[in-house]
Amino acid sequence: MTSAVAPAATTGTRPVSEHQRHRRRQGVLGWLFSAPYLVYVAVIFAYPLGFAIYMSLYDYFFTAPGVNVVRPFLGVRNYTRALTDPAVQRAFLNVGEFLLINVPLTVVLSLVLATLLNQVVHARAFLRVSYYLPYLTASVAVVGVWLFLFSGSGLVNQLLGPLAPNPSWLVNERLAMPSIALFVTWKQLGFYILLYLAALQNVGKELYEAAATDGATWWQSFWNVTVPGVRSATVLVLLLSTIVGANLFTEPYLLTGGGGPNGASASPVLVMYQQGIEQGKPGYAAAIGVLLVAFTLIIAWLQNRFGSERG
Amino acid sequence: MHGAWKVLAASMGLGLVLSGCSGGGSPAPANSALTAHGPINIWYSNNEQEVAWGKAMVEAWNSAHPDEKIDGQEIPAGKTSEEVIGAAITAGTAPCLVFNTAPSAVGQFQRQGGLVNLSSFPDGASYIEARTAAAADQYKAEDGGYYQLPWKSNPVMIFYNKDLFAKAGLDPDKPNLSTFDDFLAAARKIKSSGAAKYAIYPAPTSEFFQTQFDFMPLYAAESGGKQIVQDGKATFNDASGLAVANFWKTIYSEGLAGKETVQGDAFATKISAMAIVGPWAIASYKGKVNWGAVPVPTSAGKPADQIYTFSDAKNVGLFTACKNQGTAWDVLKFATSTDQDGKLLSTTGQMPMRQDLQKAYPDFFAKNTAYKQFGDQAARTVEVPGGPHTVEVLQTLRDAYTKAVISGEGDLQQALNDAASKVDNILAG
Repeated sequence: MTSAVAPAATTGTRPVSEHQRHRRRQGVLGWLFSAPYLVYVAVIFAYPLGFAIYMSLYDYFFTAPGVNVVRPFLGVRNYTRALTDPAVQRAFLNVGEFLLINVPLTVVLSLVLATLLNQVVHARAFLRVSYYLPYLTASVAVVGVWLFLFSGSGLVNQLLGPLAPNPSWLVNERLAMPSIALFVTWKQLGFYILLYLAALQNVGKELYEAAATDGATWWQSFWNVTVPGVRSATVLVLLLSTIVGANLFTEPYLLTGGGGPNGASASPVLVMYQQGIEQGKPGYAAAIGVLLVAFTLIIAWLQNRFGSERG
Repeated sequence: MHGAWKVLAASMGLGLVLSGCSGGGSPAPANSALTAHGPINIWYSNNEQEVAWGKAMVEAWNSAHPDEKIDGQEIPAGKTSEEVIGAAITAGTAPCLVFNTAPSAVGQFQRQGGLVNLSSFPDGASYIEARTAAAADQYKAEDGGYYQLPWKSNPVMIFYNKDLFAKAGLDPDKPNLSTFDDFLAAARKIKSSGAAKYAIYPAPTSEFFQTQFDFMPLYAAESGGKQIVQDGKATFNDASGLAVANFWKTIYSEGLAGKETVQGDAFATKISAMAIVGPWAIASYKGKVNWGAVPVPTSAGKPADQIYTFSDAKNVGLFTACKNQGTAWDVLKFATSTDQDGKLLSTTGQMPMRQDLQKAYPDFFAKNTAYKQFGDQAARTVEVPGGPHTVEVLQTLRDAYTKAVISGEGDLQQALNDAASKVDNILAG
């Protein structure tokens, strides 16, 4: 290989090596290939977020095109109001409760089920489709089934008999949010199982063989080979389920009739919808949204920090 | 990677900068739009009967006005019609007329600059007032203009299932439901006899608009026609409000009404023996329920001709995005003419908001005696408070109601007082 170092500069311009030119070409190509996604993220995510931050600093409301209105600058007043609003505080606590139930349950169940599905020989396709089907079905349609199952005289309470809670699940202040967390876990499980199934294909068979040779039980093999082998997928599942969970809206809107009972299942996004769309205060709703983004980012950072292999 | 972050940061910055000069787009229609004529588009409700009326009305207009044709369609699907209309206003894509504009949303649409003040037309206010008479006052904006044309009401009454009443040992032809005590006695009998699982089943959910179908009709009746807000102050924490709240609290605490979201229509499926609803629902009960209707109860059992109730009105808005507002106004007058109102009444069973309704359509009411009482009740209806804060006011009351009445938590008077104080603060800005 010839040296790529150019003769000493005599003209005052920096010499460009073949290696640098190659890197520059690669850089341009890299940008070119990344451009569609970057444009997508910039237009669909970054610009609206910037706009939301702007809205949150004003007494903002939507107007017809060309209508000139005064939207007073409020500074951080929307934020201080949101932070001291009992309905907003409650919604954040609710979603915190939701995440505490939903995220661990999602990770554990999807990993265990994916591992079992990976080992199944018969009816594999049928079982995979069965888990994926709820994920594909619209919440609006599935909510009807859960209302039937968890109503006072529903199937679950009939099975529980005298152990059935009173008031029933979805109208019980203590059980409404856990019920929603269970519903969402069940509904989303198929997607996360799919992620784990993909990750499991990358765990070397020789590791399981070595474990078996060493006399490892199924549990020891699962704990010492499978779990570390799909660690990156686990971080992804943690992040995605947290982000999806923090954006909870449809279920409290439909399953518990608008965040009931008495706000026990209201989520920040539901409060944003009420304030921003129904009550015409998008500036205030935007402030709640920005707080939710910050809340989610902190959790996601912690998960990434302590969950990833770097951590 | 750092480059990518720079692009994202720049996009966010762009969002912040561009938003500073947002609100642009095409300029608002000049006043000349008020007199412009040409094709227009309209939206109407997706209710089967209203679609039939809407299509027939459009056809009738189009055949007589080939140069000013209407393009009619159902309101696009969304969580609520108001959400869809609000988004259309912001995007500048609102139609010329929406024949399903909820009075509770009009204040916000007006604030958005989305609605044309109908009083801007030379005959605007006079047409509305001649058609609707004194009842039009409830739909006047603070600036004295009309940003909605009062179109049709669905006066809320108590529907009851005659067969289930007979099964419970109650008189199916003349049920005694006029006082709170009579109503509660009948409700207890329905439940204890096993005639139905529940006596009545108003939606127990937290949406702001549900207040219009439990607390508001009875409050209008008990208070002799008061709105829940008057002169910028909440009224619902007065003696009438407390009596009504106590009545519903008893209903819930004794299990006479369900506290869970029910799928479908509890009255049509005979889960409950009574419903609190307007005449629009009659079509959906046809062939399913042998029904009768009585006015909503009051504590003292006022005579029927003194009972007020919630209007459940849907009005018509003319939107600023409309280029041919002159035609839109002509269509609005055509669609609310005596002839078209008659067709609306016979097709949908809903009450056009015009004075002397029963005198205007004697044949219809003679032939359809079941609708006579709704025609009579239509003369005494109460609307939601106007202005841009209507939804916030209704949500505040709803939150207090679900907690103190449906769940039965805390002191009722205190809950009403707290909600009233919040409403006063909201209205004071």
